[in-house]
Amino acid sequence: MRKYEFNPIIVTVSCAVSPFIMLFGLYVIFHGHYSPGGGFQGGTLLAAALLLIRLAAGFDIAQLQFKRILGTPLGSIGVLIYFGTGFLAMMSGGEFLNYGFLPFAGVTGAGLRSLGILMVEIGVGLSVMAILVAIYDDLLEGYSND
Amino acid sequence: MKIVNWILFISFGALLIHASMGLPNRGDADAVMFREKSPAGSPGASSYYIRNAYRDAETPNMVTVVLADYRGYDTLGEETVIMTSGLICFLLLRKKRNDRGDKKALKAGTDAQI
Repeated sequence: MRKYEFNPIIVTVSCAVSPFIMLFGLYVIFHGHYSPGGGFQGGTLLAAALLLIRLAAGFDIAQLQFKRILGTPLGSIGVLIYFGTGFLAMMSGGEFLNYGFLPFAGVTGAGLRSLGILMVEIGVGLSVMAILVAIYDDLLEGYSND
Repeated sequence: MKIVNWILFISFGALLIHASMGLPNRGDADAVMFREKSPAGSPGASSYYIRNAYRDAETPNMVTVVLADYRGYDTLGEETVIMTSGLICFLLLRKKRNDRGDKKALKAGTDAQI
């Protein structure tokens, strides 16, 4: 494996491009109701933005942005958001994952289902982002001192 | 051996191409999956999705409704698979706390784990 060398051009360009990739990932997640996209695709884009900084600035500096230890817990939290949405609907008297029974006041049937889909997509996006970064970090672990 | 591989490769490709001849054309309204009733006689699912997706969930993207609402269990399983793969990578690839040369620490570590 090649040793990491600081290269100002690569770091500057990555720092300029990464926020836009992140913004596009959030757009893909939250606009999944109206256009192609959704949690899986948006989460992958968010992970790409984080991995670009990890590749360009080195593993140690990238810890300031997204700590290594956060990867697996955030992935589990994403699954818990999904499961919690279904469980909340079940607690309110419906079936598991029946979003029509979510206990949010002021929103009626179909709007409630739209909201449930959004919550689920956010959970999927968070989980995919965190797990992809965590897999990269785990693969890199033996080389982190280079 | 190499010629057997090639024969298998070509015959399997020919089988796939032959099977793709039986697929319906793009946008064919009379294809099996677009019929109101499936060949077994039960009501078809796709026409229900196309008619009722917006009315049920107020979401213009039909694919999102099918993915997250009608087929919610499936997506929950997919996400669990992703999380499990991350956990397996963490368990397999994490750094061992003991160096290779330090036998005594390795032994102490395994004893402590047991």
